[in-house]
Amino acid sequence: MENRSFYNEILTEHNLHPEFKHDLPDADIVLEGVNPSCGDDIFLKLKLDGDTIADGAFVGDGCAISQASADIMLGMIIGKKKDEALRMGEIFLRMIQGEASEDEIDSLEEASALRDIAHMPARVKCAVLGWRTLKEALQDQP
Amino acid sequence: MAHAYRDDFPLLKRQDIAYLDNAATAQRPQCVLDAVTRFYESQNANPLRGLYPLSVAATEAYEDAREAVRAFVNAKSSREIIFTRNTTESLNLVAYSYGLSHVKAGDEVLVSIMEHHSNLLPWQMVCRQTGAALKFMECEADGTLDLNKVEALITPRTKIVACTHVSNVLGRVNPIREIAALAHRVGAVMVVDGAQSTPHLSVDVQALDADFLAFSGHKVYGPMGIGVLYGREELLNAMPPFLTGGEMIESVTRESAVYAELPHKFEAGTVNAADAVGLHAAIDYVGRVGFAAMHRQEVSLTRRAMEGIRSIPCVHLLGSDDPEEHCGILTFTVDGVHPHDISEILASDGVAIRAGHHCAQPLHAYLKHPSTARASLAFYNTEDEIDRLLDSLSTLRERMGYGK
Repeated sequence: MENRSFYNEILTEHNLHPEFKHDLPDADIVLEGVNPSCGDDIFLKLKLDGDTIADGAFVGDGCAISQASADIMLGMIIGKKKDEALRMGEIFLRMIQGEASEDEIDSLEEASALRDIAHMPARVKCAVLGWRTLKEALQDQP
Repeated sequence: MAHAYRDDFPLLKRQDIAYLDNAATAQRPQCVLDAVTRFYESQNANPLRGLYPLSVAATEAYEDAREAVRAFVNAKSSREIIFTRNTTESLNLVAYSYGLSHVKAGDEVLVSIMEHHSNLLPWQMVCRQTGAALKFMECEADGTLDLNKVEALITPRTKIVACTHVSNVLGRVNPIREIAALAHRVGAVMVVDGAQSTPHLSVDVQALDADFLAFSGHKVYGPMGIGVLYGREELLNAMPPFLTGGEMIESVTRESAVYAELPHKFEAGTVNAADAVGLHAAIDYVGRVGFAAMHRQEVSLTRRAMEGIRSIPCVHLLGSDDPEEHCGILTFTVDGVHPHDISEILASDGVAIRAGHHCAQPLHAYLKHPSTARASLAFYNTEDEIDRLLDSLSTLRERMGYGK
């Protein structure tokens, strides 16, 4: 069955043992992201060094998809330039909409574990919560 | 009971899923679908207005449906039965028409913490617009209402007491008759949300002494888009119309109008006659099966599900420990697994349940559960479907990465 395998090891591992789910007291940016209809609620925390995302973390509650996706995202964007992080976010959104190429999906590394969300419309907003919040957080920057 | 009734439901024959979301909407038997089709094929005309035989036939079919609803809830008169779209519209009718014209600043409206948002938001609106205070009857941990606490909350300023007959989360039957007696003692009216009780119990508005009772056709095996408001005749007579326009008038001049008699005063615009006819067929169907038989099957399935759930570690049921006190509603949480993930995994096993706050956010906040999962049964469900639910639940945590 299609989503018997959907909750794969990558997703459950990031949900149960998130690397970046903790406070970040010296964060430069803190932004809340919410899915009001299902109650996913995260605070994304970023520390910038010029144009580079020097560190990042999140706290909050939500389903496995929202939590794992945010954790995977942070693993990918820490150490990257803001532009690069936003570009990955854009590919991620296109992957979720079923519009990204195989090469683009490969470039998302672990985040590609969420590609099947494209077939689960009710869960799309869970998967994109972290990335959507990241986009808002970085675009608000001068 | 091997499934004498299962084959009456075409969707259940075609679908391989275990449909356990009956509290959200039930399935419809073939006779309901046929009744709606038959109306359109042989009786369709605009009811209540046309003077030709087809319109008369449509009017008769529509008014026969009203009489069937009257008998279903044991109202004194069919003038007390207003057709609406659903429970939400029925409750809004009471709030906008009765509420806004009877509640004043300083008055109180009392609701229970268990209300579906449809029996809460209209009263929030009434209180906001009038300056009245909204007060809450809180339930005990097992979902019961303590009548002593309710009594203490009802004051001479209380004008409306609104309470669900059966909670859509806990499945418990509330003591409406006793609460109505307390409300009437101070001259308040009793508004009852019957959306979850009408599919499971024989509801008698006179025995409950309800002033208003709302329910939805689609939860009692009828069509979507048809609902009912029962209202006590003298109250309805004194209330202003909710919606105005066609079909609810006697005469209209440039400046004013004389409204139609009950029940038409509250049914503005072309009515949903076809779905009323479908609801009539559903009520007849429920009568043929009988609430006693439905109850036996629902309790037997609920007992099987509760016993199974109790043996699965980390799964917790809300509400009563007694299968008789659930109206087929089993709301639960699983340690470490978000309800949306529970529902997703069950869905992948072909089991349809609901996850979230079930339009009862204040109750969830009060019980300190951000969200829950809910399986809700009907008499046409089977032991096999319950076992599929239990099998899926028993492997759930493992599939979410927890060790055995």
